[in-house]
Amino acid sequence: VPHTAAALIELGALFFGLGVLGRLASRIGVSPVPLYLLGGLAFGTGGLLPLDGIASFADLASEVGVVLLLLLLGLEYTASDLVAGLRQSWLAGVVDMLLNALPGAAAALLLGWGPLGALAMAGVTWVSSSGIIAKVLGDLGRLGNRETPAVLSVLVMEDLAMALYLPITTAALAGLGLVAGLRTVGVAMALLAIVLVVALKYGRFVSLIVESPSSEVFLLRLLGVALLVAGLASELQVSAGVGAFLLGIAISGETAENATRVLAPLRDLFAAMFFVVFGFNTHPGAIPAVLPAALALAVVTTLTKIATGWFAARGVTSSPVGRLRAGAALVARGEFSIVIAGLALTSGELNPGLAPLATAYVLLMAVLGPVLARVVDPVARAVVTRRQARAGA
Amino acid sequence: VDVEVTRLPGVGIKQEFTTATGRRLGVLTYRDGHRELLVSDVHDPDACSATVPMTEPECVALGTLLGAPNLVAQLRAEHAEVPGVGTTQLPITADSPYAGRTLGDTAMRTRTGASVVAVVRGGSVHASPRPDFRFEPGDLVVVVGTPDGLRHGAEILEQG
Repeated sequence: VPHTAAALIELGALFFGLGVLGRLASRIGVSPVPLYLLGGLAFGTGGLLPLDGIASFADLASEVGVVLLLLLLGLEYTASDLVAGLRQSWLAGVVDMLLNALPGAAAALLLGWGPLGALAMAGVTWVSSSGIIAKVLGDLGRLGNRETPAVLSVLVMEDLAMALYLPITTAALAGLGLVAGLRTVGVAMALLAIVLVVALKYGRFVSLIVESPSSEVFLLRLLGVALLVAGLASELQVSAGVGAFLLGIAISGETAENATRVLAPLRDLFAAMFFVVFGFNTHPGAIPAVLPAALALAVVTTLTKIATGWFAARGVTSSPVGRLRAGAALVARGEFSIVIAGLALTSGELNPGLAPLATAYVLLMAVLGPVLARVVDPVARAVVTRRQARAGA
Repeated sequence: VDVEVTRLPGVGIKQEFTTATGRRLGVLTYRDGHRELLVSDVHDPDACSATVPMTEPECVALGTLLGAPNLVAQLRAEHAEVPGVGTTQLPITADSPYAGRTLGDTAMRTRTGASVVAVVRGGSVHASPRPDFRFEPGDLVVVVGTPDGLRHGAEILEQG
């Protein structure tokens, strides 16, 4: 079979397989991310059927996937959302970081992966999956709940924090010294500040660059600008994803809505490629060895996320049921943990156990999170009612 | 009523208020413009026991249902000092003989002595409609008159 034909067949089989997995995920009501990871594990290195013909395409496509994931995340927020969130919930954001990043860092240090490993694992356990959580809250009809704004503002704070964390990690993994590292972080902070100001005051001008009445032209311009910005950000060691995220924030109003509509299918396609490629590059045989660590992290960081939600919801409700609901909603980890582990993986600097650990951890948390969010309500109500009955008796 | 506005980053805007009986009622407007009606749970005021997606015409219909009695109550208060005069709202149903016909066709004033002072349609009030005003199914007709006149007016709009 000629090379092109083999590549097309492999790619076709891959997409079709992902389609089947995606359908399965929506049938059983879980996020497709863990299934894509499993799909990648099954095919890639050491898996059942290594796909060699499409390796170079798959690698580039997965990079584009990260750019689109973060671009659409940025498009969801307006600059005023972010500034308001920063004012109201910075403390919840700090508590969230301390409670959830430290267990990951501690685990990496205990496993002997050094400070770089600790930095990467801190990110993996820190960041909740805004994709999974927004979907779960919508499905469960909780968007109108009183605790929900607190949950969403924790997610906003995490996403904002990523605009600093990703450049720091990128610089650290690239082995830059302290001075060069600080410069990168300075560039990232300056970019974030500039983008927020530009988006608040001159957002419509940024939108004008990509705006076009023809949806074809619009798509090409948008994708072009996104990849250019991502590439430049990558060149500045700020990480491609952060560049795309900032661009997404700067595009506002109706243009942002149109952009989301046009790009969402592309994001689904390329992000699926990203998760699969991450699975490809993870050796399934290495997972059993890291499973105990993954389980321990899952237990600890489930509790710390519940505590985070409990703390974040303190201002909006005094009911323990509402506060537990906020905590359980935040438990899911997903796309961001994999993005961070992916950074670590491509740098090749880190212990080979990190990717399998991140994979096992995300597989656990992406499934556990939505389940917990669902069961917390009846359980918490029953416990609170029983306690009140006992107090009354 | 104090309407509380909460921004839901990445989702939209929530506007809600608490009723005298302690329930939260609100509207969630998503960024793409579609809306949901929120009703808080009786036992758990943090949670919502109903989130109802509403189309534009449905929002308008609900607004009419809730808004028209308001107008009637206001008119009633204004006519309170005139003995023997009342105000009521009469719906134009799809099978009313006057659905699609004009106010003049009903000859309401000549036949009953009662006057049509307003028509509520789609959440907005058409005050003092002229005889060529054409009724549509779903309109609420606000009528002022004597109790007998109002009863007779209701029969006319229902049966012709």
